[in-house]
Amino acid sequence: MDNAEPLLLSLRGLTKTFPGVTALDGVDFDLRAGEVHALLGENGAGKSTLIKTLTGVYVRDGGSVHLQGTPIAPADTADAQRLGIGTVYQEVNLLPNLSVAENLFLGREPRRFGLRDARRTEAMARDLLVGYGLDIDVRRALGDCSVAVQQIVAIARAVDLSGKVLILDEPTASLDAGEVVTLFAIVRRLTARGIGVIFVTHFLDQVFALADRATVLRNGRLVGTREIAGSNRLDIVKMMLGRELETETMKRHRRQVVDAPPVVSARGLGRRAYVQPFDLDIRPGEAIGVAGLLGSGRTETAKLLFGIKQADRGALAVGGKPVRISSPRAAAALGFGFCPEDRKTEGIVGDLSVRENIALALQARRGWLRPLGRTESRALADRFIRALDIRTSDAEKPIRLLSGGNQQKALLARWLATEPRFLILDEPTRGIDVGAHAEIIRLIERLCDDGLALMVISSEIEEIVAYADRVVVLRDRSHVRTLEGEAVNVNDIVRAIAAEAVPGAAA
Amino acid sequence: MTSTLPGRLSFGALPQFATLAAVLLANWLVFPDFFDLRLQDGRLFGSVIDVLNRGAPVAILALGMTLVIATKGVDLSVGAVMAICGAVAATMAAADYSLVAILAAALAVGALCGLWNGFLVAVLDIQPIIATLILMVTGRGIAQLVTEGQIVTFTHEGLIAVAGSSALGLPMPVVIALVLGLALAALVRLTALGLLIESIGVNRTASTYAGVDSRSVLLATYMISGLTAAVAGVIAASDIRGADANNAGLWLELDAILAVVVGGTSLFGGRFSILLSLVGALVIQAMNTGILLSGYPPELNLIVKAVVIAAILVLQSPAAGRLFGFLRRS
Repeated sequence: MDNAEPLLLSLRGLTKTFPGVTALDGVDFDLRAGEVHALLGENGAGKSTLIKTLTGVYVRDGGSVHLQGTPIAPADTADAQRLGIGTVYQEVNLLPNLSVAENLFLGREPRRFGLRDARRTEAMARDLLVGYGLDIDVRRALGDCSVAVQQIVAIARAVDLSGKVLILDEPTASLDAGEVVTLFAIVRRLTARGIGVIFVTHFLDQVFALADRATVLRNGRLVGTREIAGSNRLDIVKMMLGRELETETMKRHRRQVVDAPPVVSARGLGRRAYVQPFDLDIRPGEAIGVAGLLGSGRTETAKLLFGIKQADRGALAVGGKPVRISSPRAAAALGFGFCPEDRKTEGIVGDLSVRENIALALQARRGWLRPLGRTESRALADRFIRALDIRTSDAEKPIRLLSGGNQQKALLARWLATEPRFLILDEPTRGIDVGAHAEIIRLIERLCDDGLALMVISSEIEEIVAYADRVVVLRDRSHVRTLEGEAVNVNDIVRAIAAEAVPGAAA
Repeated sequence: MTSTLPGRLSFGALPQFATLAAVLLANWLVFPDFFDLRLQDGRLFGSVIDVLNRGAPVAILALGMTLVIATKGVDLSVGAVMAICGAVAATMAAADYSLVAILAAALAVGALCGLWNGFLVAVLDIQPIIATLILMVTGRGIAQLVTEGQIVTFTHEGLIAVAGSSALGLPMPVVIALVLGLALAALVRLTALGLLIESIGVNRTASTYAGVDSRSVLLATYMISGLTAAVAGVIAASDIRGADANNAGLWLELDAILAVVVGGTSLFGGRFSILLSLVGALVIQAMNTGILLSGYPPELNLIVKAVVIAAILVLQSPAAGRLFGFLRRS
């Protein structure tokens, strides 16, 4: 390591264990003044444990932390803040009902005659935010501002309070592209002032756009630290995954789908004020990608097919027989499965064990009078935990304790256990780290090769291109285009999503 | 199925049994004869037996309440359902129907009340606390309609025997509570019903999306609660040899909820244990009896009870759990 720049923060041999897990195992980490240092790793790699240990949320079990050469041991986040380490989380934890100015100076308001001096607070807030290129009415309630502005306010407060080290924990997850640019400009301004920034993210693009160095953790251990300037994406991804990947996006070797009769066939299926009528045929072994912007009717299409909402027009045939699907239960009985987008509220049953979650759909189908015995369900769960490589200490662990990717795999297992013929996956890779991402995509391909009919909704166009045989593009709640063969590529899909609605273009 | 009872007991049941032991010990301290038993005419007598006997109605209510609470619901109507079913039983006994007919009618009325609650909750999606409040309020009026505003009394040998006879040396209500508890535990744990109830209680949307027939399961749990309330109502009527529409089962819904909570089932739904709810009911009754035996002025009873219950709940709270965990580590 060159000592051209002074070390702002230095972690040596940081260790943190929880009952049964070593979350951090002798991790070294350095932060120079004025650099952006990305912290990367799959879910469960130890990123958030490192952040929490650094900021006093957890007490470390071993190792040392030096801030500008002085050993520190923050007792809590406020203590860390006083020492100079501020943190901004993905979900801004300020008070939405208070004004921007009040949020900035909460707990340290300028006072006049013992009362809060609102005028001076506002003036100080304006001065502070000008430094961030933000010209807004500081009297507005924070909750009325965009997420990006809230994020900037949170950063401004954190920097103003601490001013040496700024930790950004997935700050861009809920920002759009333009807002990300603004945020990055602000981060660069801060580093120019000599502040060191630790940047936790899942987005590799952003690492390459912003960071000077990247440190990769895996399973609580340090894999390595790289200068971004001399690295390429593949190197970093390999470090994160700990295994070789051919290329980042693999195009699936497509079997020519023969003219097998469709498993699911919709004709003019729709529901008023929900989804415009659409035609859709899905054959065994075929993966249909569903693309479109948020709110374009993707999830609505899935919920209509799975009986969560009932169609009020059109016809649906399954295996050639006309059916009416009145409930998820009816859909499941037909051999359908659905992994919803919102895993936490619609997917997992958090307090129940991984085993019970995996067995749930099969049990529901068998009915309450024919219980799966404990050994039976245990064998089922163990089989899928092995087959899908679900990482859990054991099958009896409550599923809410698993990482997002492993929860997603358990939900897949729940449906695979019912031996479905048609599976709908809504954003199967959302909020999942790169490693689990690739695994889920590989799983999707494997399922297709096994003859399952799949419908996959995703915002990640590259992903859709990787596995889809056909892509349905939605806009404004109607199915506007179906792309096949060579047309399944990022360009064409994006163009179809973005195209102006032309009268008569809707199929 | 889900964590089997023995498995559950070995882990989480310690606070409940410790609480019961503490309350029994306290009773023994204020009343040294507390554990004395004597056999008379093939039947056991003593304070402990009295606790079991007096506690039986609440214990039986707690059985159904456990399932309802596990679905993230609550059944406030059980006290009123007791009154209705007691009124039906007493009125029929006064008219000299056979015991079988009386029991069948009372249970059918209880099941019907449960179905009504279940319909409001599962089909109309009304919040359980409001849905069951309706029957809680109107139930006593219905009971009065059944008894035509009178306090009905009877001398029906068969019905009197429901609370008045004994089996295996124990009062009949105790035997009924035990048998019912075992039967219900078997019903939910030997079938998949227990898993489905817990699953709905933790996340009804996700369970429905997984193909669980949430509506039917909810209907079933409220119906079971109505049935257990009917049994408790018949026992109460048999005990006083009559039906008092205004006072039968009054406030017992609250004792039943308390028993379930003391038994460790969370009001947020999910994991439940029928056996521990029975322990919870015992704790409550042992405390009631203890306060009576101690000779405190009766006006203090409710306050003492409230303090003890508050202490139990604080000890079982997650915050206390964290504190104990912390103390153990350091």
